[in-house]
Amino acid sequence: MLDYTAPSTVEEAIRILAEAPGTAKVLSGGTDLLVQLRSGRTKPDLIVDIKKIPGMSDIRERDGGFVIGAATPGAVIGECEALKRVWPGVVEAANLIGSTQVQGRASLAGNLCNASPAADSVPALIAARATCVVVGANGRREVPVESIPTGPGRTSLRPDEFIVEFHLPKRPPRSADAYLRFIPRTEMDIAVVGAGVSVTLDPGGVCTDARVVLGAVAPTAILVPDAAAALIGRRLDETALAALDQAARRACKPIDDKRGTIEYRTKVAGVIARRAAAIAYERAGERR
Amino acid sequence: MSKHHVSTTINGAPTEFLCEPQLTLLDVLRDELHLTGSKEGCSSGDCGACSVMVDGRLVCSCLMLAVEAEGHAIETIEGMARGHDLHPLQRKFLEHAALQCGFCTPGVLIAAKALLERNPNPTETEARYWFAGNLCRCTGYDKIIRAVLDAAAELRGD
Repeated sequence: MLDYTAPSTVEEAIRILAEAPGTAKVLSGGTDLLVQLRSGRTKPDLIVDIKKIPGMSDIRERDGGFVIGAATPGAVIGECEALKRVWPGVVEAANLIGSTQVQGRASLAGNLCNASPAADSVPALIAARATCVVVGANGRREVPVESIPTGPGRTSLRPDEFIVEFHLPKRPPRSADAYLRFIPRTEMDIAVVGAGVSVTLDPGGVCTDARVVLGAVAPTAILVPDAAAALIGRRLDETALAALDQAARRACKPIDDKRGTIEYRTKVAGVIARRAAAIAYERAGERR
Repeated sequence: MSKHHVSTTINGAPTEFLCEPQLTLLDVLRDELHLTGSKEGCSSGDCGACSVMVDGRLVCSCLMLAVEAEGHAIETIEGMARGHDLHPLQRKFLEHAALQCGFCTPGVLIAAKALLERNPNPTETEARYWFAGNLCRCTGYDKIIRAVLDAAAELRGD
C-alpha cells in the first residue's frame, strides 16, 4: 500500500530513500507522477515529497549565475525577471510545459526525471550547459543535465538519489539562448520536435561559442556538436543556416508516431533549429 | 493503511482532515469536505474543471495529493461569492450567458480570477492563452472571453 512522507532535510530524504523497503518515488510538482499513479503506470510503495526541504522551490543568484531549486514551479521561473534576462531560452522552455494550472506545480527536476524524449525544458537546459546537483547515500555530485536521462522513462539516478538543484552558469557579454518547439496546435501539446540553441557573439556579430540541442527526435534530448560547429566562426548567414539545418537533420534518430513520421520530424528538426538559432542571435545582439 | 492528518486553510477557514495518501486534493474537497463545486473532468490535468488556488497560485486539484495541502491556503469556487453577492466575474458570466452545462464553469471562474489578480487588463490573446488549460465542451469560449474581459473592465472601473 502506498505511503507518503515529506522530510524537512536533504539528509532525512536520502536516509528514507536508501532504507525504503519497496519502490519509492520522489515527488516534486507531481504533474507527471500523479497522472502515472492514477493510470497505474507506476505503483510505488512510498512517495517522498521533497518540497518541505528548504531551498527546493526558489531561485537564487550566485557568482553571476543562477541556482534553481529542483521543485521550483514553472510559474515562479517565469516570474524571475533576472533569470529571464540572462537565460530567456531556459525560461521560455520551462514555461511551455502544460497549461497555466500545470505551470503552478511543474518543475525542472520533474521534467528531467520523467525522462520523456519530448520534455521541453531539457534541450534548453543542456544548451545552457546547466548542471544539476544529485544527492544520495554516496554523497553529492554535480553532473551535466544531459547525463541524467538514459532513455524514455529512464534516468541514471540510483534509487537513493534525487536532484536538489540546477546551476546555470554566468554569461559572457553578447550571449543568449532560445528554445522553440513544433506542435500542431498552439498550446497544450507535446513537442513533435524541440530545439534549444545558445550562442555567444563577438562585437562584430561573429559566433564564438554555440550549443545546439534537439528534443523529441531520439530516445533522449541530443547535443549536436556538428550543428554548433556550423555556427561557430560565422555570422548567421545563409551558409551557416544551411550547414546548421543539415547537421541537425543528420543527428536525428526519431520514431514514427501519431505526432509525426521519421521523415517529417527530421525535416522539421532542421527548420526549428534554424529558427531557434535566429532568435538566439537576435537576443545576443541586444545584450551588449 | 495509516491516514494522514492534514491542517490547511480553505477559503479562509482553518480546516483539518484525515486522508489516505493516494487521494488527490480534489478527492478530499469533494468526498470528504463536500465542497463539490470543483469538478472532476479528466483527472490528468488537461481540462481544468478542478482548478483551485493554492497559496495564490492556480493549480489542478487533481494533480496534487491531499497530503500536500498541509500548511497551505486553498481557495475554491465556494469562496468566490460573498453570501448572496456574486463576484463580478460570476455576474458577468450570467449576463453574457458564458456557460451552458456549467461543468467547466467553476474551474474557468477560478482561473479567470487568478488571471485578473495578475493582469487586470489582459488582451484577448493573453486571456485565451491563459485559459488553454480550461476545456469547455459546450464550445462557449467566445462568450467566456467576453465575460472575463467585461468583468476586468468593471473591476478596473472603466
